[in-house]
Amino acid sequence: MPRTTPFHSRTSALMESMAWKEWAGYAAACNFDAHSEREYFAIRQSAGLLDVTPLYKYDVTGPDAASFLSRVWTRDITKLKPGRVVYGCMCDGDGKVLDDGTITYLGEDAFRVTSSEPWLGWYSRHSRGMDVEIEDSTDRISALALQGPCSRDILRELTDCDLDSMRFFGTAAGKIAGADGRITRTGYTGDLGYELWMHNADAERVYDALLEAGKPYNMEPIGLDALDVSRIEAGFVLQGIDYICAQRCLIEARKSTPEEAGLGWTVNLDREGWIGRDALLREREVGPKWGLVGLELDWAELEELYDQYNLPPHLAPVACRSAVPVYSSGRSQVGQVTSSTWSPTLKKYLALGQVYAQHAKVGTKLKVEYTVEFERRTVTATVVKRPFFDPERKTFTPNAQPKEGA
Amino acid sequence: MAALGSSQNPYDAIVVGGGHNGLTAAAYLARAGKKVLVLERRHLVGGAAVTEEKYPGFKYSVCSYVVSLLRPWIIRDLNLTQHGLRLVPLECSYTPQPDDAGLCRWADPDKNRREIQRLSRKDADNYPEFGKLMGKLARFAKPFIDEVAPDPTSLSPSDLWQLKKAGDRFKELGDDLAALQFKLTTMGGVDFLREFFESDQLIAPMSCSGIIGTMLGVNSPGTAYVLLHHYMGEIDGSSRAWGFPIGGTGAVSEAIASSARSFGAEIRCEAPIAKVRIAHGEATGVILENGDEIASRTVVSGCDPSLTFLRFVGEEHLPTDFATSLKRYKDRGSSGKVNLALDRFPEFKHRPGIGPHVMGDVAIAPSTDYLETAYDEAKYGTFSSRPFINVVFPSVLDPGMAPPGKHVMSCFVQYAPYDIATGPETWPEHREAFGDAVVDTLAEYMPTLKEDILHRQVLSPWDIQEEIGITEGNIFHGELGLEQLLFQRPTAGWARYKTPVRGLWLGSSGAHPGGGIMGSPGAMAVQEMLRLGAV
Repeated sequence: MPRTTPFHSRTSALMESMAWKEWAGYAAACNFDAHSEREYFAIRQSAGLLDVTPLYKYDVTGPDAASFLSRVWTRDITKLKPGRVVYGCMCDGDGKVLDDGTITYLGEDAFRVTSSEPWLGWYSRHSRGMDVEIEDSTDRISALALQGPCSRDILRELTDCDLDSMRFFGTAAGKIAGADGRITRTGYTGDLGYELWMHNADAERVYDALLEAGKPYNMEPIGLDALDVSRIEAGFVLQGIDYICAQRCLIEARKSTPEEAGLGWTVNLDREGWIGRDALLREREVGPKWGLVGLELDWAELEELYDQYNLPPHLAPVACRSAVPVYSSGRSQVGQVTSSTWSPTLKKYLALGQVYAQHAKVGTKLKVEYTVEFERRTVTATVVKRPFFDPERKTFTPNAQPKEGA
Repeated sequence: MAALGSSQNPYDAIVVGGGHNGLTAAAYLARAGKKVLVLERRHLVGGAAVTEEKYPGFKYSVCSYVVSLLRPWIIRDLNLTQHGLRLVPLECSYTPQPDDAGLCRWADPDKNRREIQRLSRKDADNYPEFGKLMGKLARFAKPFIDEVAPDPTSLSPSDLWQLKKAGDRFKELGDDLAALQFKLTTMGGVDFLREFFESDQLIAPMSCSGIIGTMLGVNSPGTAYVLLHHYMGEIDGSSRAWGFPIGGTGAVSEAIASSARSFGAEIRCEAPIAKVRIAHGEATGVILENGDEIASRTVVSGCDPSLTFLRFVGEEHLPTDFATSLKRYKDRGSSGKVNLALDRFPEFKHRPGIGPHVMGDVAIAPSTDYLETAYDEAKYGTFSSRPFINVVFPSVLDPGMAPPGKHVMSCFVQYAPYDIATGPETWPEHREAFGDAVVDTLAEYMPTLKEDILHRQVLSPWDIQEEIGITEGNIFHGELGLEQLLFQRPTAGWARYKTPVRGLWLGSSGAHPGGGIMGSPGAMAVQEMLRLGAV
């Protein structure tokens, strides 16, 4: 029986679809209306407001906080500057990915870490003997994501944080609708967007203020269905779907290294002293077995396939999370698509998947299984660069200060 | 007949008119490696698909305001998404009533059913069935709009082959649907709909799609067919009704222009042409209004047939029967446009708020009698005092169209006959009275509307002709009546983009498959030119 978040009184009043699903023990909105199309377009054309409270949150403090996090995460947190956030992943001793998330600089020797799975046990085990305090703040801190091209304009009216000079992956503490909180310029949509962190007691008033401020911009409350489409367009992997937390895997074959999960860019093998590095150094010798790829399905072929059955192309209105096999041109299975969606912005059918590394090169033509009328067929797909959709506004900062180095 | 050698002939093609079809033609020509020049009379490209800031901070899609039939294959061929094209689907179709909440037709079938049930339980059940039938017929008809129109009076192998394929598809439909298809092509919209539905409140807005852009009433024979076009509309490759382009319809033109430029096409604005240059019966370039002559191997017209042939070419260069049938071609614009800049959202009396019900189009079409009465006035040469109005609130879908909290409202208005009783040139005298009739009508549904108007732009068919250049202001470059469609668009025997003037091609809405922001006349004209090695 999922619990509700502190925004529930507000989100449930707005919801007409009764579409809740479980997310980390909380009830989370899938969509607010019968379909999520309007919510999706809000993310891309105006702004969408999403309750992300269920994210696991840990506040890590103490003199050893940075070195502890640098040991557990792939990122060097001792180099994380004030006012910055960093994205990274976490590995087990075999170099297999456990989770991915963000680490926010809160103050001297104080950080907030987010993740999709609970890690207090893991953190405690790996912080023995270190002068660090780890608090699971998941139930104490409420969080909202405000995503979309109008998000800055909406938020500007409610905060004393200088949003116009806050760079991509920047953060600042300040007032949000009069309440003490924190803003990070982060999100899971690949668009301009912010995440807002506040005490539970302030959740409702912040939500109300945002709804009001968002009105002139046609902001919409959004649910996870719309988010899923936009995160695939942004090429972001989802733990539990595109890769599986190594600790949850019963067999080795399900586990992925950062490179195999599309997170290789968050890893610096030259840095010493972090969990998983030794194993990954060995991987570097032989190369990863898998590659995470973005795929673009050939639309004309897809349309033709439907036409053979006298049908117009039928696309699910939501992203698809059921895995399907991927074949090489020689008909042998070389991997699987794990997420796919029609992109209403790009007018393309997009997919994320894992294929053997030798098939992961951009431009490679593969075949993806596609079922029409209960018959399994294949459609040509091309490996393309991620992100699929990467608008300039995502990283553009109106009053960008000279870089202080990330 | 190579009067001009290729060395003096810098352009493979000149496209006359930078409307969306002209631009599409240019993009396809440039994509095929041809040297292309687009000449546009106005200071901006787009023709009737333009976005202009007529009042500071407020952007109007001046004429054309929604997108339905823009061909997905054109979006892909020209990479229009990469060039900035963004289409947002319209959420619903709302028909308010003066005294109650009216009817919203939603995309979601269950929501829709509940809504229609309030009017008629039977209609609620019949609605999805009707949709399925129309979807099947649209599937039958769709290949016609994506292929060059076959001519049933011709005995050429390619025509016969196409007709055989069409016949096969017709056979696949089955007897019942084939009969329905026949009814559809002969009946009036209202009569046809009455075979399925009993509620006049439902039939009225549905019948409107049969009259848009024509000088016909909802009961006129032949109007049922155009209903089908609604079910052919697709955005995102899946069958859908209507979409709104982010940035207004001008953004669609901009995206096509940007694509054309990326392939190497040259686009020149403020370059009105006076004549197509003709030597020995062959188009050899154009003569601009300033007297400049530009040579080219071919000329593609993105303008309407009457303008192209009767003004730019001249009757003296046309075969007599072709000129005669062109003069019979029905342009007769029947609609106007009113664009409003609003200080706040003009809420509907019986459905207040800025909800999903205003995220689609709003049709002022309370009853079939209302629509027929509006037509009655137009028949005798006045604009309708209570017209059919199709409203879209672009700022609700794209906050960039107006300052935060403010709105723009786009109103397509029918009937506003070009041939007004006092003469078309007197339209400027009637323009504001026409605008008042529109606002008065709307105010019956949106009581606060009048107080909130910051700026109003009124376009009569005369204005559309004078400003945009379309003959008699017909938004489709000639009525979309069955007698002017397919192999008869613009006239029998000349529906394959080729014209009686060698080297001159017609790639505008006046060519097959017709009007609306589709892009296909432009694209298919070029495909035909390339196929025949004409360029």
